[in-house]
Amino acid sequence: MSDTAITVALVGNPNSGKTALFNALTGSRQKVANYAGVTVERKAGAIKAPDGTPMTVLDLPGTYSLRARSPDEVITRDVVLGRRPEDVPDALVVVADATNLRLVLRLALEIKAVGLPAVMALNMYDIAERQGLRIDLEGLSQSLGMPVVTTVATRKRGLDDLLVAVQGVLASTAARPSTWHEPDVAEIRAAHREASRILSAHVRPPERPDTLTGKIDGVLLHPVAGLLILLALLFVMFQAVFSWAAPGMDAIDLGLGTLGGWVAGIMPDGLLQSLIVDGLIAGVGSVLVFLPQILVLFLFILLLEDFGYMARAAFLMDRIMGGAGLHGRAFIPLLSSFACAIPGVMSARVIDSKRDRLTTIMVAPLMTCSARIPVYTLIIAAFIPRETVWGWVELQGLVMFGLYAAGILSALVVSFVIRKIFWRGAFEPFMMELPAYKMPDPGSVALNLWQRARIFLERAGRIILPLMVVVWALSTFPGPPPGATGPAIDYSFAGMIGRALEPIFAPIGFNWQMVVALVPGMAAREVAVAALGTVYAVADAESAVGTLAGVLSLQWSLATGLAFLAWYVFAPQCVATLGVVKRETNSWKWMWVMVVYMFALAYLAAFVVYRLAVAFGLG
Amino acid sequence: MTEIITLSRARRGQEGRIHAVEAIEDNPADALELERRLLEFGLVEGARVTLIHEGPVGGDPVVLDVEGMRIALRRHEVRGLSLALTGTDAAE
Repeated sequence: MSDTAITVALVGNPNSGKTALFNALTGSRQKVANYAGVTVERKAGAIKAPDGTPMTVLDLPGTYSLRARSPDEVITRDVVLGRRPEDVPDALVVVADATNLRLVLRLALEIKAVGLPAVMALNMYDIAERQGLRIDLEGLSQSLGMPVVTTVATRKRGLDDLLVAVQGVLASTAARPSTWHEPDVAEIRAAHREASRILSAHVRPPERPDTLTGKIDGVLLHPVAGLLILLALLFVMFQAVFSWAAPGMDAIDLGLGTLGGWVAGIMPDGLLQSLIVDGLIAGVGSVLVFLPQILVLFLFILLLEDFGYMARAAFLMDRIMGGAGLHGRAFIPLLSSFACAIPGVMSARVIDSKRDRLTTIMVAPLMTCSARIPVYTLIIAAFIPRETVWGWVELQGLVMFGLYAAGILSALVVSFVIRKIFWRGAFEPFMMELPAYKMPDPGSVALNLWQRARIFLERAGRIILPLMVVVWALSTFPGPPPGATGPAIDYSFAGMIGRALEPIFAPIGFNWQMVVALVPGMAAREVAVAALGTVYAVADAESAVGTLAGVLSLQWSLATGLAFLAWYVFAPQCVATLGVVKRETNSWKWMWVMVVYMFALAYLAAFVVYRLAVAFGLG
Repeated sequence: MTEIITLSRARRGQEGRIHAVEAIEDNPADALELERRLLEFGLVEGARVTLIHEGPVGGDPVVLDVEGMRIALRRHEVRGLSLALTGTDAAE
């Protein structure tokens, strides 16, 4: 950021179209990063005013008050008050939904006390006009003591006027020292009275108020129909995540497989080739393969969010999730975690209260992510007979369903325990505004989707790449001695770790080969399939699941197979997730709490399953 | 005569003006925070409020129309608010 550029920060209520305005102003010239030390997104873009003056625009998290209540709102307050040295604004733009002015007027009164030159952008002005809402712009501007400009962000209307107005206030008014302090309840009441006075003086109620939102809500929030529609939506979303993404995933698999084969062909055999093919390309592939699912998932989430449905889903689910101590909004992150816990943990940012967010992050990896599916498929194929029970239920499918159910149930129980033990009686209000329904803007959905995908790849990539190298090194060094008969991994550090840990895993029925496979399986769950293939010397295990399943069914007892499934329901076998948890909670402590509790649950579950199975003669 | 009820006991379709705002929480700091948040969402004395939706389980949370805005909140969060009912629903 150049020091000479004028910095303008956008402030406004959630759902005021602030981000749409930011996107309209900056287009693709925006940078998304994190504020140092917190997991709040910093969105900035360099633009030029109509006369060519360079400006930096900041999109600050939406808020109803400068009295910060969540980490996001702390950033908004601190930037507005000039307390973040990286972003000291020269002027503020108060972004207002022209059809919903009451709360933002109160915020504008708070902003005025900050003393910076400010402009109000009456956004979504086209909708206000369509509703026949009459706003006396001159009067509003005088009452607020700041210029008022009308904008339609989605049509890019009024943007130049806004920038000219910002330059105008910068030229005509000097910043005054801030007189802002946290308003007490009496001051909030007084500000509301003032906002009401301004509203009734300058805004005539709409002649044709929005009745559509009410009508849609009549259906979508209906106690019965609303829940059914939510379930149907989830069903479609799930289907889409797994079926639409399949061609993309196959293509990525094939592409990286081909690339690996090509690199293996042109490079001499040896360590470097092994590092690049088995370590880097395979490692990148294990992350990249989830990208199609994540794109489909985020496409749904972004569309529903922009339409205004997400707050409704949270409303419908709040009581149901609340029984387990979860916030209604936890619903989206947990849903995302069925594809992959990483976007799930990342999307927990929608929950503004810290404790609810932390609980959600802690249980997200318990949801059955798609990386578990190859492992489940393998073990089920090896140990669960292809039979039907009760006449029509397929036993293999039933076990798969049971594993999903076990994940969901355990997530609910764990969050209940967290709530009861750690945050007993803690105060976390639910309160949120339900925005008016709006047609999602394709451009902004595409832009957001692209940003999500990039963030996923950066986060996961930054963690998984070095890690894959470590796992590769563990499974490669030291090489097998001359004349060795077993597979090379037996002689490696991974093999040594496996044998050393075997006594710990013996009580849950795991043999040393399984423990060896768990080591590379830490990189990502599905890697365990390939690793089992390696230790049992089944070449190309991922495409030859049948062969490997046959070997396993001979080598393991049924009790061992079931214990392995139980282990995989709970074990935190994915370092990328742990890395993201560390980043998102900004704490090693919570990451370690997760590691310990999930391993403990995994061990306990596998132990109980193994012992019960042995007791029933399945050992 | 206006009937005054606790907002947390209101049923769907009941409307009126906020009579008094007080937040009830075990911890005084929490109560103050809750009161501020309620006020920030426009739940101030005199605000016109209609309960427009009830959640699917136990009628909780609820959606209030507060001066034309839709605010979703849990019933226990508004147990300190009283509503002076208007209209025919008051007789319920």
